[in-house]
Amino acid sequence: MFDSYVINVATQIIIQAIAAYGLNIIVGNAGQISLGHAAFVAIGAYSNAMLTTVAGLTFWQALPISLVIVGIVGLLCGLPSLRVHADFLAITTIGINFIVVAVFQYTPFFGGSMGLGGIPSVHMFGHPLRAQGFFLLCVVIMAIVMAICWLFTRSWSGLSCFAIREEETAASSMGVSPVRAKLTAFVLGTMIAGLSGALYAHYMKFISADAFSFPFSVTLLSIIVAGGLGTFWGPLLGAVILGVMPEVFRPLVDYRMFLYAAILLLMIRFMPGGILGGSTMLSIKNLAKRGKTAKGGC
Amino acid sequence: MSDVLVSVKNLSIHFGGLKAVDNVSFDIHKGEILGLLGPNGAGKTTCFNMISGVYKPSSGQVFLDGVCTNGLPPHKMAAMGVGRTFQVVKPFAGLSVEENVIVALGMPHYGKFASSWRFWNAKPSRDAAMELLKMVGLEKEAQSRAGLLPLGNLRKLEIARAMALKPRLLLLDECFSGLRHEEIQVIEDLIYKIRDTGVSILFIEHNMKVAMSLAEHIVVLDHGRMLAVGIPAEIQKNPAVIEAYLGKGGDSDAA
Repeated sequence: MFDSYVINVATQIIIQAIAAYGLNIIVGNAGQISLGHAAFVAIGAYSNAMLTTVAGLTFWQALPISLVIVGIVGLLCGLPSLRVHADFLAITTIGINFIVVAVFQYTPFFGGSMGLGGIPSVHMFGHPLRAQGFFLLCVVIMAIVMAICWLFTRSWSGLSCFAIREEETAASSMGVSPVRAKLTAFVLGTMIAGLSGALYAHYMKFISADAFSFPFSVTLLSIIVAGGLGTFWGPLLGAVILGVMPEVFRPLVDYRMFLYAAILLLMIRFMPGGILGGSTMLSIKNLAKRGKTAKGGC
Repeated sequence: MSDVLVSVKNLSIHFGGLKAVDNVSFDIHKGEILGLLGPNGAGKTTCFNMISGVYKPSSGQVFLDGVCTNGLPPHKMAAMGVGRTFQVVKPFAGLSVEENVIVALGMPHYGKFASSWRFWNAKPSRDAAMELLKMVGLEKEAQSRAGLLPLGNLRKLEIARAMALKPRLLLLDECFSGLRHEEIQVIEDLIYKIRDTGVSILFIEHNMKVAMSLAEHIVVLDHGRMLAVGIPAEIQKNPAVIEAYLGKGGDSDAA
C-alpha cells in the first residue's frame, strides 16, 4: 500500500495524537495546564513493557493492568497538584515529569539508563502485527479514544469540567465540586496517555526514559495548542502538522527547534485559539454553523 | 411568617486582625425578602460568602432549616438549596446562555458516579433551561455566547442559573448595580415572582430606594457589626443608619 517510511511516520503521528487527546481533556476541556503529560505516557509504556517482558503477559492482557496503574498514579499526582492554580500547576506538573523520568532512568529494576528491550509484537488473531497491521490498530484505538472524548464532552462530567474551566467560583456555587471535576479530567487524560505509551512501547520494541522527558510534554502541549485547544479534531490536526513538518523540512533539521518556537510564538500572537479554535478563519464558518455556541470548545 | 428558613447566629469572621463580620444574627423566614444594607466594606458580601459556604465562619453558626451548615463547601450548599448570584457577574463566558443554565441543572448529577456519565445535551435539560430563560426573559439569547451579553442580561442569566438549582434560599449580591432604571424594574418584578413561588430571598443592595421598596425586612451592617434590624420605614428613620450612610451632620444626597 504505502512504503514503510510513510507507515512509520504515520504510526508515530497517530500514537502522539492519542496522547494529545488525553492532554486535550485536561488542558482544553477542564482548563488545567499540564506540562508533565509525557510522564504518564512513560508510565503506560513501562508498565506494558514490564508486564509483557518480565511477567510474560500478552499485549492485550497487560493493557488493562497498565491503564489501571496509570490511572492510580494519575489520581495520586492529581490530588495534591490540582489544588494549586495556573503557574503553580504548570511547575508542579513539570516536577512530576522530571521525577517519573528520574525513577525510570535510575532504577535498575526498570532497566536504568540502558532502557528496556525485547518488547514483543502485538498479536491479533494468533498472528503478530506487521507495520501496516499495527498502524491500522493504532488508527482503530485512536478512533475509540476520539469517541470517548466525544462522549465525555457530552456527559454531565464533561460539562462540569467546562464550567470549571470557564469560572471556577460560579461552577462550585452551581453544585460542581472543583476537585472532583478536575480529578475526573486528569485521571481520564492520564489513562489515555498511558494507552498511547503502551502502543509506543510495542511499536518501538525498545524504550528508554529519555524519550519521555520534558521536551516531549512540550511537544504534546504544542500539538493541542496548534490544533486548537478543546476542539474535537484539534489534537489529530496538530499531531499531523507537527509530525509531518519535520519530515518535510528534513533539510532544515538544524533549525527545527527554532522553527517550532517561531511557529508557537506566531500562533500565540495571531491565532491564540489554535487552528480550529477561537476567532481564526477556519472556525468562523464553524462557529456560525454551530450557532455561536462552544460545545466542548472555546 | 413563623417559619424560619435560615437562622444566622452570632456569625463572626476574622481575617488576621480584621473583624470583617462581628457577631451578626438574623433570621430569614420562608418566602421572605430580606435586604442586607450597609456602606462599602460593611461585611455584606462576606456574610453572603459565609452563608453560601465560600468562607468558614470563625465563630457562630448558620442554620438552614435547622441544620447547621458551617464548613460545608459551596457545591454542597448548592445541593442543600442555596442559589446565589455574584456582585461582579461570573458567567461561563465561553458557553452559550442555554449551557450556562444547564450547568446548574446538572447539580443532582455531579455527585453521583453513574449519572454523571449521562448526556447533558438531552431534551429534558434543554426544555428546563428554556423555561428558566423564558422566566427571566432571555429565551431569544439562548444560543448566543454568554460572554457577549450586556450586563443587564448577565444579571438575569445569573438569576436563571441560580433558580435552576431549585433553591430554597436565593442570595442576590447587588443584582441591580450598573443597571438602567427600566432594567431595575424588570428584575424587581422577577424577584417578586420568584418570592411568590415560596423561595426566600436575601439581597445586598447599595441603592437605598430600591432596597426600601423591595425588602420586607432590612438588616443594616456597618464595619462588620449589626447596626439595625427592622421594616424599611423604621430603618429609614433610624438615626444610626442615617449617620452611617451620610456621616454626622452630613447633608449630601447618598442614594
